[in-house]
Amino acid sequence: MAGIKIIKENVDRKTFNELAEICPFDAFTFENEVLEITSACKMCKMCLKNGPTGVLLLEEDERAMVDKSLYTGITVYVDHIEGNIHPVTMELIGKAKELAKVIKHPVYALLMGDNITEKANELLAYGVDKVFVYDAKELKHFAIEPYANVFEDFINKIKPSSILVGATNVGRSLAPRVAARFKTGLTADCTILEMKENTDLVQIRPAFGGNIMAQIVTQYTRPQFCTVRYKVFNPPERLKSPTGTVEIMDIEKEKLISAIEIMKIIKKEKGIDLSEAETVIAVGRGVKAQKDLDMVYALAEKIGAKVACTRPGIEVGWFDPRLQIGLSGRTVKPKLIITLGVSGSVQFAAGMQNSDYIIAVNNDPKAPIFNIAHCGMVGDLYEVVPELLKMIEDKEGMVG
Amino acid sequence: MKILVCVKQVPGTSNVEVDPVTGVLIRDGVESKLNPYDLYALETAFRLKEALGGTVTTLSMGPMQSKEVLLESFYMGADEACLLSDRKFGGADVVATSYTLAQGVKKLGDFDLIICGKQTTDGDTAQVGPEMAEFLNIPHVTNVIRILETNKKGLTLEMNMEESLEIQKIPFPSLITVDKDIYTPRLPSYKRKLETTKNSDIKVFTLKDMVDTDEKNYGLNGSPTQVERIFPPESNVEKVSFEGNGKTLATALFGILSEQKYIG
Repeated sequence: MAGIKIIKENVDRKTFNELAEICPFDAFTFENEVLEITSACKMCKMCLKNGPTGVLLLEEDERAMVDKSLYTGITVYVDHIEGNIHPVTMELIGKAKELAKVIKHPVYALLMGDNITEKANELLAYGVDKVFVYDAKELKHFAIEPYANVFEDFINKIKPSSILVGATNVGRSLAPRVAARFKTGLTADCTILEMKENTDLVQIRPAFGGNIMAQIVTQYTRPQFCTVRYKVFNPPERLKSPTGTVEIMDIEKEKLISAIEIMKIIKKEKGIDLSEAETVIAVGRGVKAQKDLDMVYALAEKIGAKVACTRPGIEVGWFDPRLQIGLSGRTVKPKLIITLGVSGSVQFAAGMQNSDYIIAVNNDPKAPIFNIAHCGMVGDLYEVVPELLKMIEDKEGMVG
Repeated sequence: MKILVCVKQVPGTSNVEVDPVTGVLIRDGVESKLNPYDLYALETAFRLKEALGGTVTTLSMGPMQSKEVLLESFYMGADEACLLSDRKFGGADVVATSYTLAQGVKKLGDFDLIICGKQTTDGDTAQVGPEMAEFLNIPHVTNVIRILETNKKGLTLEMNMEESLEIQKIPFPSLITVDKDIYTPRLPSYKRKLETTKNSDIKVFTLKDMVDTDEKNYGLNGSPTQVERIFPPESNVEKVSFEGNGKTLATALFGILSEQKYIG
């Protein structure tokens, strides 16, 4: 069997200690002087790379390899709700074009829905070579079985090499279902994608909690699936005169039958969803009175930010509970977050520490928020915020 | 009604880092715990059991110490637990993990409903639920945030779709993954803890207990994805700090915000 084999003669307690030190998953045990690797092993191969020599051996079985030349094209799944195409789709088309260039493959889009064919033009404008459309009333709303069956039909007929899916809630439900049907690889939430000459898609994602990057490939099977979150890649420029084509696909009616009945779709109220915000100002206990929030809202308006809070902001009733950041609230990952008078408890940090840029203003130099802030400002927010507002207004006055 | 809940033991902290010089993983010596998202799956199961009667079985895959999280599920209210543990399951990616769990489910019998947490805090893929459903050939719904109606035949529930909610009526048998906050999880019961003897009633299945005993379908062999390498993320954000009066700090902040195009 494939895996890491132990050369028993060369093992003693010292080698075990060395291996136990290296293994991030505690997969080594040493009972009755016998070294074993438990099923906690994730095959990160750290032990092979950095462990004592002559103890471990990587055994790889001969595995059946698909004929990769039979699979052509980088496909983007078109994520939409009732015809409103999710912008992650365009971002993936941009990335698909880059990847396809390396291996001279075409870029495809897979569009399924009801009364949806005309939307194909929108995709062609972003440079897709061919849009495959499944248009049927049974596909009006997302239901897993018909959607997965359509995806399966598409793969069987077109045989794409790679498939990129937006990591929306629909994408995260659909992609694994289809990947499992083909018993092929799917890598979630990729942040970097590259293409090898042999058409293997290099998928890089944060792993083991986010402090490590893992580079993952699907070597033996096709198609290779990955999901990518919104706002990881950039959308391409729209073309003035698109050259791509549209192909209408047929599927047997019985494949569109769903055991699940979609009763209705309810639109959520807008405006209070923090997770989409690109800029956030979070206020903590350092803001003393509700009226002091006025200057915070004024600043937020100037820089296009949403105002959120730590737990005390909810407890005193200043904020809607949906605006709380932290373990017991929302997790945010904006491009910029400014914290005002936030000490930075572990619970709060867990909800925002992956933000791209963190600016912290706090008068206590020992506040833990400064450990995670990219820009730490030790000072009084009651001095800083009004002063900053004044500077912004002065500049606006000059420009205007 | 027979309900099965999948649970996983995860590291107590996600604070794993790579030494930039040696490439070795450094971690805090923190213990393992039950994947926090699984608490919501368990709570959903107990509520359904209370409403409709039946049993709750918990299933996990991992090394023998994963029994700890199954015991914890007993303390919360599970009736039966099973661990899939075999060295040959090691190195499994999503496909191999889902396949192994699906095999475990088949071995345990027929279930009306399988409930998974939204994702785990270590793997973080949110893919195992849908893949299991495929291997079991039953419908699934992910991101369930509310159960509106229950009866012997099925559930009416809300799927969270970012901008909207989709109300779906699903028949049994099926699989759902539940979002955080669907219900507030109960605490483990001290009384149940006293009643539960160590390792009591936890079934352990290895590869040879499965319906499919072909090694090719499990662990590293059964995994279509391979990790080629792991490396520390590039951190290109430099840390800066400022001290001083309001004017000094505001000037610095103004500079940063202008540079990053938030002002002007």
